[in-house]
Parts: sequence; C-alpha cells; structure tokens
Amino acid sequence: MTNENVDVAVIGSGPAGLAAAVSAKENGANYVVIIDRNSWKGGILPQCIHDGFGLEETGNSMTGPEYIQMYIDDAKKHNIDFLTETMVINIDKNKTITAVNKNGIYKINAESIILSMGCREKTRWNIMVPGDRPSGIYTAGVAQAFINLYNIIPGKNIVILGSGDVGLIMARRLKLEGLNVLGVLEILPHASGLPRNVVQCLDDYEIPLYLNHTVTHIDGRERLESVTIAQIDNKKNIVKGSEKKIKCDTLLLSFGLIPENELSKDAGIKIDNITGGPVVDQTYETNIPGIYACGNCLQVYDTVDVLSKSAKLVGKNAVVKLIKNKKSIFVKPGKNIRYVIPQIINKKGLINFTMRVNKPAQNVTLKIKADEKEIYKKKQRWVNPANMIELTLEITHEILKKGKTLVVNLHE
Amino acid sequence: MKNFHVAIIGGGVIGSAIAWELSKYKLDVVVFEKGLDVCSGTSKANSGVIHSGINSTPGTLKARFCVEGNKMFTDLAEKLGFSLKWTGKYVIAKNPLESQEIDRLIKVGKKNNVLGLEIHTGAVVKKRESNLSCFEALWVPTAGVILPYEFTIVLAENAVKNNVNFLLETKVTNIKKYEKGFKIETNKGVFSSNILINSGGLSCREIVSMVEKPDFKVYPCRGEYLVLDKNYSNLINSMIYPVPPAKLGVLGVHITPTIEGNILIGPSAEFIDDPDDKKTTLHMMKTLLKEAKEIIPSIPENAIISAYSGIRCKLLSPQQSGIADYRIEESKRTPGLINLLGIESPGLTSAPAIAKEVTKLISKFYNLEFKKDFKIIKKQPRFSNLKENQQFNLIKKDEKYGRIICRCEQITEAEVIKALSNLLHARSISSVQYRCRAGMGRCQGGFCTQHLLRIMQEKFGMKIDEIKMKSPDSYLFTGYNRELKK
Ligand SMILES: Cc1cc2nc3c(=O)[nH]c(=O)nc-3n(C[C@H](O)[C@H](O)[C@H](O)COP(=O)(O)OP(=O)(O)OC[C@H]3O[C@@H](n4cnc5c(N)ncnc54)[C@H](O)[C@@H]3O)c2cc1C
Ligand SMILES: Cc1cc2nc3c(=O)[nH]c(=O)nc-3n(C[C@H](O)[C@H](O)[C@H](O)COP(=O)(O)OP(=O)(O)OC[C@H]3O[C@@H](n4cnc5c(N)ncnc54)[C@H](O)[C@@H]3O)c2cc1C
Repeated sequence: MTNENVDVAVIGSGPAGLAAAVSAKENGANYVVIIDRNSWKGGILPQCIHDGFGLEETGNSMTGPEYIQMYIDDAKKHNIDFLTETMVINIDKNKTITAVNKNGIYKINAESIILSMGCREKTRWNIMVPGDRPSGIYTAGVAQAFINLYNIIPGKNIVILGSGDVGLIMARRLKLEGLNVLGVLEILPHASGLPRNVVQCLDDYEIPLYLNHTVTHIDGRERLESVTIAQIDNKKNIVKGSEKKIKCDTLLLSFGLIPENELSKDAGIKIDNITGGPVVDQTYETNIPGIYACGNCLQVYDTVDVLSKSAKLVGKNAVVKLIKNKKSIFVKPGKNIRYVIPQIINKKGLINFTMRVNKPAQNVTLKIKADEKEIYKKKQRWVNPANMIELTLEITHEILKKGKTLVVNLHE
Repeated sequence: MKNFHVAIIGGGVIGSAIAWELSKYKLDVVVFEKGLDVCSGTSKANSGVIHSGINSTPGTLKARFCVEGNKMFTDLAEKLGFSLKWTGKYVIAKNPLESQEIDRLIKVGKKNNVLGLEIHTGAVVKKRESNLSCFEALWVPTAGVILPYEFTIVLAENAVKNNVNFLLETKVTNIKKYEKGFKIETNKGVFSSNILINSGGLSCREIVSMVEKPDFKVYPCRGEYLVLDKNYSNLINSMIYPVPPAKLGVLGVHITPTIEGNILIGPSAEFIDDPDDKKTTLHMMKTLLKEAKEIIPSIPENAIISAYSGIRCKLLSPQQSGIADYRIEESKRTPGLINLLGIESPGLTSAPAIAKEVTKLISKFYNLEFKKDFKIIKKQPRFSNLKENQQFNLIKKDEKYGRIICRCEQITEAEVIKALSNLLHARSISSVQYRCRAGMGRCQGGFCTQHLLRIMQEKFGMKIDEIKMKSPDSYLFTGYNRELKK
C-alpha cells in the first residue's frame, strides 16, 4: 500500500483536469497529481481529430490532439505528477483517494480534490430503442475511438440516431473514409448538436438530416440487418404510414452525454438531477469542503475552450481556499430555463453564470431577479438549448444579505 | 469415429447440469451446442430465481424437482463457488380479495413441503420493504437468486475438467437410430453414441422429429425484462411478486434484486410463433414499467441500462391453459433416447435434481462407477469483492490485477484474461461478459470493449474480423480502416 500526501489531487487528465492542475500549480500549489485510468493523457481529446479546438482560447483552430498537447506540455513544464493506467475506486469525506494500478493500491490524502472525470454516452437503453439485440450498434463516441484511435471500421452502411455533436462529427468522419452514411435521425424538431456542426458536418457533405424521426425497430438476430424508421408527430406518436425499413449493418447512437459521477455519489456529494453533475457554489466547491468539480463531469459544455477556461478558475479556487461567508443564496432556473450554474452563491463579487434554455426561441429577454428585485436584463435575438449562455454579474453584499433566491427567467 | 456412451444435445443449464453429474462417473460423454458458448438459449435469459415450490401443482414433476433442486443449491454454491443469495420473496396482496390467492399458495406450498411460509401484515412488510405498500403478503424465506449464466458455465467447465467433451458451434442436423445406438450428424461431422439425451430446450421437438414422430407441440411464450442501474439497488431487499395472474401458468411481472445489485423488472408473457424471436418491444417495455410502478411507485423511469427477453418452452397452448408438466422420460418408441420436454420455469431451480434423475435413467444401461480422480474447480471471488490486503497480494502476484479495465463493474485485466482462457475455448464478447462481468454495467461496454479487443488480439492472437459478440454471425467489425505500413 502506497501512502501519499498532496496539495491537490485531480481525477481525470482530460482538458478539464489538465487546465485545473496547471492553474492550481500557477496559483501556488506545491504538489499536484493527476490520476487517469487511461494509458494516455488528455481524456477524450486524442480521439477528436477534427479541428475547431482552441479557436476562442488562442485564436488558432487546432485538432483535439494538438490542442491537448498544449496543456500536456504545460503540465510537464510545471512538474505536475501523473499516475496513468490508474483507476480511482473511492473518495472519502476526509479527502482520501483510493486508487489501483499495477504497482498496487494507493491512498492519496489531498488538501483539495478536483473532480474532472468527464462524461459517458447515453446508450440504447437510456431511450429504450426496441427490437433485436444484434451486434453493429455503437454509441457514436465509441465508434469514434475505434476508427480514430484503433484504426477499426465498425461497418459499411451506417444510420445515425440522434443529432448530438458527436454523432454529427462522426457522420462526416465516416463519409470521409468512404463509408455509406445513410442519414441522421432526430426525434425533436431541431438538431440537438450545435448549429455550426449541422452545417459543417451534414449539409456540406450532403448527408440527410431527418428531423421528427426516430428508429422504431431494430432487426437482426446476429448482426444488424435493418432499422425501421418513422416520423413522429408533436405528441411523440408515430405518424401512421410513415414507417419504412432501411437496410444497414451499423447504427450509431448519439443521444448525448451523462456526467460521470459514480465516485462523487459514493463519496456523498450532492448531485443536481438536471445537470447530472455535482451541486456547486460560485467557487465550484461541492457540498464536501475541499472537493471541487469541473469539466464535463460538472455539466456538459458546448466547447472545450469554455470548459478549460472555467476549469482554470476551479484550479485556482482549489488552492486559494476561500473563507466561506456564512450566508448563502440559491440560484434557480425559472421560466424556460433548464439549469443554471452555480446553484449556490455564498460570497460577494463578480460571478460567472452558465445556463441553458429549454427550447429554441427568438427575440426573448433574459432576466434575473434577486427575490423580487430585477438585477439583470438583456435582450437575446435567439437562444438554443445546444448553445450554453454565459454571463458575468456582480453579486453585491446587499443581495447576499437580503436575498434567499436568485431566479433566472426567459421572457418571450 | 469415436463412440460415446452418452451424447447430450444442448448446452443450456439442463444439458450442462446433466454433463456435470455424469462427469462424476466413468463414462465417455459428449455435449453438442450450436451456440458460440454454453448458455446461449433460454438459460441465460430468465429471472435467475431459485424458486421455493409454492407455485407448482403438488404431485407434478415440476413441484418435485423444484423442491429437490432448491435444497441442493446451498451446498452446490459452496462447492463450485458461484454466487447465491437467499433474498427471500414476498407475494403481495393489494386487497382482501387477493389474499384468497395467498391462502391458496400457502396450501400448495405446504403440500410441497416448503418450509417457513409466513403471512405478514402490510405494516410488517413496510418495515422490511419501505417502498412497498400492500394489504398483506406471503413471506417465502426459501427463495433465492443466482446468476443463471454463471451457474451454467461453472457446471459446464467443471464437466470439461472431468473429461466431458463440449463441442461448441456444433449443430445437430440429423440423427439415425441403429441397433446399438445413434449416429448423430452435425455441421462438424458425424458422431455416435449409445444413449442420446435431448436437452435442446425450445428445439426439443425438432430433435425428437429427427428420430420419431413427436406426440407433442411446443408453444413459445416470450418474456421481456428491463434491467435497472445498480444505483437503485436499495429500492428493495427481497423479491416482490404480485399474486399470480389467473391464466397462462406464469408468475406475473415481478421485481427481482439480482446478485449484482441491479433490479430486474419482468417478465411479460406473450405467445409467439417463432421460438428464436427474442426481441424487445416498446409496448412491453412500457407495460413492464407501468406494472412495476403499481407495485413500487418509486421505481425511476430513467434508470434502465438494458432490456432482454427469454422464451418459455410451453407444451400447451394458451387455449389449453398453458400449464403442462415436464416430460423427462426415455422414449417408448426409441430405446436409449432420453427426452427432456417442456422444461420451462422452474427449470433453472430444478436443473440439479433433473440431472440426478437422468443419471438414474442412465444407470439402467450402465453400471455407474465413480471416478477416483473427480476434480472440482471452484470459482474464485471477484477482485472488486476482496478485502484491500487480498487485492494488494493479488496485484503483487500478477500486476494485471492492478489494471481495472471495466469502469462500471471494476473488472481487472487479469480477470478478463482468465475468462478468455476458459476450458470451453469460448471467446466471444459475451463469453467474457458472462464469466467476469466486464461490459455488463451501466455503460454497456463503452469503455472496456477497446481493452477486450486489445487483449483478444495481443494475448489470444484473434483477428479483428474474427471477434464476435455472441453468435457465429454477430461480427463486431468489418476490418481495419487503413492498411498498416510494415
Ligand atoms: C465518447 C465521447 C466522444 C466525444 N467526442 C467529442 C468530440 O468529437 N468533440 C468534442 O468537442 N467533444 C467530444 N466529447 C465531449 C468530451 O467530453 C469533451 O470534449 C472533453 O473531452 C471533456 O473534457 P473533460 O476533461 O471534462 O473530460 P474527458 O476528456 O473525458 O477526461 C476525463 C478523464 O478522466 C478519467 N477518469 C474518469 N474517471 C476516472 C477514475 N475513476 N479514475 C481515473 N481516471 C478517471 C478518464 O479516463 C478521462 O481521461 C466526447 C465525449 C465522449 C464521452
Ligand atoms: C422468461 C423466463 C423466466 C424464467 N425464470 C426462471 C426462474 O426465475 N427460475 C427458474 O428456475 N427457471 C426460470 N425459467 C426457466 C428456465 O430458464 C429454463 O427452464 C431453463 O433455462 C431451460 O434450460 P434448457 O437447458 O432446457 O434450455 P436452453 O437454455 O434453451 O438450452 C438448450 C440449448 O440447446 C441448444 N440447441 C438447440 N438445438 C440444438 C441442436 N440442434 N444442436 C446443438 N445444440 C442445440 C441451444 O443452443 C441451447 O443452448 C424461466 C424461463 C423464462 C423463459
């Protein structure tokens, strides 16, 4: 058994973990360790070989591997320690991490822990697609790993169900490899991925997007043989007569991502039912003092640039231990708002809010009320659930002292 | 051509239990299984319940083998190392009318010598099962759960250890009776045996018809299930059953805690034409969830990690009540042919007792003599269930125990290698899943599949297009994307 004491332990070496670790180091932490179960550093990014990363952050558009190399180099420069091929199996309330690798079992006692475990994809059963259970059904991100990291082709005639970003990116990727991408189906009346990905990954490659469509049946006792697709009306019922069979050997699923928080739950960290990530205050600290969360295990971000930016803040906070103000107020999603982060504020100052709306809309007004008083108002030409809204707002001592809740509303 | 004393068709729980029982004696035994692995049929897709015997009509073979089998499990689990948990079960009455049904079950249970039956008031039930509201319930302490595939595999591998031949991917296509025995034609060649055991499950009629005209029919009846995430394991402590529906000879949609901490909801009951049609349907998935919520309202809707179905082998149609007894007998027209027909629930529970019965039938042909060198391989506990110092010692012995490659179930590389080195040489993805559970958790293989592929290729020399999910044509990949430069 190996025992170690560290200032900051970071779980996950994806962009969030790396950015947080570097920032913790820059802000004065002595001993920072990053633990990752993969043999490589960088989390999901080495498999994201498309470009577009880093544009907001650096002005250059990079591929995922290029972007993450920047952070890996930074981490090395700062003498951050890595434990790879190491699985964290437990975190306890006293901030002791239990991890396993081929050298044995580690007990790591940390002053602060940063959770950056990323996310996983929803599977066929998260949305209950009925039918046979053949091979040839993959989540889009798993197929991405096979083709980009392992040089393996899952199949030749492909249907993609769900229009999440990873699915859109994979549609283009498979097409570029000369495979037959038959179309992308989306049950909602709008794509769930970013509008720019719909244009760049589907439209530019003439891959059809079928909105209001879903797969109603999967056929194939051994390998996938066909899927039955159908149009869906606004009550989510199948439009009669619209069902048709499409022959294919592969079905990719892109239903979206679920923050990976099994470790957090076991440790007793409170999870927000909507985001799937921990409930955090404005420093991104969870209900267990000294444990922070960032990256896609906190909420699913639109772009890695924004994710890294906030992860840096978290790295800083984990070092500069803020003295907690006793009084705290709760932030609540109101009309047409799905969620808001942070969910709790307990210190005055400039607070960075991130949130998502429930459905696409145009010419709307975003308003924030502290109890009955309006403290923020801004017109938005358009909003979309796929596009996270970010804003910074001064939360004064007065608001903190008087208020109980802060509610964010979107008015038509 | 080698002649076997006994040939068994079907490597389900019944065929495997018989094979293991016979492997104790000096006999040459062969098992033909058309799947890539044993337990490819009904035996892997059921509730995994060790039934007590309160549901089977007194005096039937079902009642007898169920009660006998039930009593054998504690000892078997201890010896062979498979998991078994006596969770007990509640059959709940929602109102006084349903209580009459409970009185009937108690009478049946008492006649079948089921011990420990008690009636609990709604208040007592609430204390033990806080999420459950009912008028009263029957408490059945002698009901338990196992992992049906683990049990079948352990039996089959132990049989192999004692020199039974298991031929996988070997489908029996025709049988010829000659005076001394049987010529058995398969896709892998012709074999011969003196005694032939038909434990082909749903194919039992097809197999009989290769030898003689069957005097029965099979009515397949599909049962669908939902599997819930382990996070909800504390919803229930024991199995929760409704009072059985009045028809079809099934037990109704029940809620079963599994050994692994998942919860099963099901099964439905639907007569179908095609015995291989193991699909799941949206209609049934919704119905199952609805019926489960009528029993436990707090069952979450968004916690499903998998769904599957299994097919009951019924000998009577729904119009004929659907309830028939097992037929376990030597054919009157074809001496030496031992048929196991209509082995539906509680077939899993009955398997060890049925195997003893079949051995008795065989003892009429041979003077059975025990092997002196009979061996038992006991399944070792999983790494994640060990104490920290035991885990540490394992890693020191083999560093591959320190590489956890299944994130949801925390299965190590060493365990995957062990699973792939099985005595049956079964090497599909599901062979690994059923032996060590990698890939059976909430992400359904999203993380570990890449590691399984690496191990299969590097350690076992398998080619990427030879890797199958579960059956001969269930290939996973069409090949490499680009040719690698030398
Ligand atoms: C399969 C998949 C495909 C994706 N494809 C794209 C894409 O094409 N483009 C895009 O922009 N975004 C994609 N994403 C979104 C992706 O999550 C983000 O781009 C980004 O990588 C998130 O950064 P992160 O640091 O939060 O998480 P990650 O990059 O996922 O990093 C988390 C790290 O934590 C490690 N970890 C988790 N739990 C443990 C533990 N218990 N012990 C040790 N280590 C642990 C993981 O191994 C991983 O390395 C994808 C996501 C998934 C799941
Ligand atoms: C929905 C459902 C729930 C159930 N729940 C329970 C329960 O909780 N408890 C309980 O005790 N019982 C339960 N049962 C019953 C139990 O599952 C069965 O009785 C048992 O699995 C039957 O085993 P078997 O070996 O006869 O059949 P199978 O497992 O189907 O085995 C037959 C094997 O024969 C092979 N085969 C067929 N034809 C050929 C051929 N020509 N050549 C070579 N191989 C061939 C098949 O591939 C198959 O592997 C349930 C059943 C169902 C359907």
